[in-house]
Amino acid sequence: MTTSPATSGTAIDTLVTVDDVSLSFGSVRALVDVSLHLKRGEITALVGDNGAGKSTLVRCISGIHRPDAGTISLDGREVHFRNPEEAREAGIETVHQNLALVEDLTVWQNLFLNRELVHRFGPFALLDRRGMQRKAQEMVAGLAVNVPAVKSRVRRLSGGQRQAVAICRAAGFSSKLVIMDEPTAALGVQETARVEELILRLRDEGHAVLLISHNFAQVMRLSNHVWVMRAGRCVGGRRTAETTGEEIVALITGAKSA
Amino acid sequence: MTATLTAPPARGDERLARQSAFSRLAGRPEIGALVGAVVIFILFFVVAPPFREAPSIATVLYQSSLYGIPAVGVALLMIGGEFDLSAGVAVISSSLVASMTAYQLSVNVWVGVLVSLVVALAIGLLNGYLLVRTKLPSFLVTLATFFMLTGLNLALTKLISGGVATKDISDIDGFASAQAIFAQSFDVGGVSLRITLLWWIVFVAIATWVLLKTHLGNWIFAVGGADASARAVGVPVKKVKIGLFMTVSFLCWFTGMHILFSFNTVQSGQGPGNEFLYIIAAVVGGCLLTGGYGSAVGAAIGAFIFGMTEQGIVLAGWEADWFKFFLGAMLLGATLLNVYVRRRAETRK
Ligand SMILES: Nc1ncnc2c1ncn2[C@@H]1O[C@H](COP(=O)(O)OP(=O)(O)O)[C@@H](O)[C@H]1O
Ligand SMILES: [Mg+2]
Repeated sequence: MTTSPATSGTAIDTLVTVDDVSLSFGSVRALVDVSLHLKRGEITALVGDNGAGKSTLVRCISGIHRPDAGTISLDGREVHFRNPEEAREAGIETVHQNLALVEDLTVWQNLFLNRELVHRFGPFALLDRRGMQRKAQEMVAGLAVNVPAVKSRVRRLSGGQRQAVAICRAAGFSSKLVIMDEPTAALGVQETARVEELILRLRDEGHAVLLISHNFAQVMRLSNHVWVMRAGRCVGGRRTAETTGEEIVALITGAKSA
Repeated sequence: MTATLTAPPARGDERLARQSAFSRLAGRPEIGALVGAVVIFILFFVVAPPFREAPSIATVLYQSSLYGIPAVGVALLMIGGEFDLSAGVAVISSSLVASMTAYQLSVNVWVGVLVSLVVALAIGLLNGYLLVRTKLPSFLVTLATFFMLTGLNLALTKLISGGVATKDISDIDGFASAQAIFAQSFDVGGVSLRITLLWWIVFVAIATWVLLKTHLGNWIFAVGGADASARAVGVPVKKVKIGLFMTVSFLCWFTGMHILFSFNTVQSGQGPGNEFLYIIAAVVGGCLLTGGYGSAVGAAIGAFIFGMTEQGIVLAGWEADWFKFFLGAMLLGATLLNVYVRRRAETRK
């Protein structure tokens, strides 16, 4: 049996509860009665085949989509984000699968987009470009093996460097939950190791991390809990320590039902 | 709480770090227009002796400012990823509203000026709102408002004033002070300059300041470059776009006020066609039609190129009809140049 989110969602260390969330795009039922929860100080993995609805669920939690039905709760309180800014305000940072970078802006401009540092002069607020560049340098230096110059435009970066920038942005601002939608998909071995370090570090600092990954070894290595999605439904959840890769694969393919 | 790793600072990628001064300069959006402006200046300086005289330069600057003021807004809007085909007629709509309000209601012209401002901002709001609500391309939305405004300008003027032009308002209260703000001339070293030149400089300066020094500028670039990404990090994309349309309306209104207070009457059929001049000024000045890239200074240089060409052709004694041909040729040339320069700047190490 899976743990029932409705009952365990009341636990004090539960940060996010997704309850019976559904969302359709026209005739495509991308999410069907999805229920799951994730805890503070834990890395929760979300796995499933391509098209299972993982990114759509992420976009609901981070305020891009609004569910047709069902509720999302943060810290035990129902939230209805009308836009991504509200989700960020509430402490949810996201590395989207498409990275959500603006190619014609520089690395530092992307890192601080909508979180700009400013000097205030009465009613005026001037960008603190120096300050942002310096902080951006610090943010990026810790993560990327092949550090992009913070003043270069994202258009000039490699896939791995772009991913690093998106991850830095999500990790760099105070947050309760960091969602990472396939964060290491375009990364090399060294960079992947750095990102995994960062994910563990985020957890150790008390953040909840929602990790979407196709890399089973990574999921088994990092996560505390795994949720499995298939064809828009959440078909099961397991404590990582109490399951095996085979069982997860069986859940993903539908060879085994929860 | 931030979570950056304290790994030894990795060294930057030298291939990216080394960017020559040339490519940095060539990467500026306005550089192509600047080169073009210098070439055209030299051309007319050589072929048209009257072009060399101070009053001609003053006329060029005046003409440029009339294109240049709306072009500031159009450039910002284009950087924000949209464009506005109704800008040309909106200028005249503004003058018509101000003029007819003041004349028909026999009120101080400033009342007309303010009513006109409200109407202009409402047009911008409508354009922006329709765009973000319907998700139609701005080409369609503003093409519709373009035709509606064109029709309204003619029909309402005929209905209210009984002709194609509005009545002279120069003897109505407040005309002198409004003229002082929108249309006065002043002397600098014996040369008569128009105040629109100053306003143009002010607007370009403000726009440049906003683009480069404020978070709103960052947002405008982001919204135009990748609106889904901007939205995903919480930038209020819709508000930015609506605000940009209203900025265009404001600057069109301003230009409309100038026309009203320098000619006292307004021809209701004027305006259509000018929207392209504003758009071309922005594009010649290095704004990408696809958004996310450009500058207000570039658009100003673009407008200056038109002012020079328009006057230069006349002063050189050529047929004025050539101006349109020049417009097209310049647009094509500038676009190709910008694409080329941009590609070089991007691929050069
Ligand atoms: N914006 C959208 N419009 C229409 N269909 C969508 C949209 N986003 C996702 N879908 C559809 O929803 C389903 C789930 O997609 P997604 O959440 O991206 O899957 P995953 O991330 O698990 O690979 C797919 O069938 C996809 O085509
Ligand atoms: Mg996905």
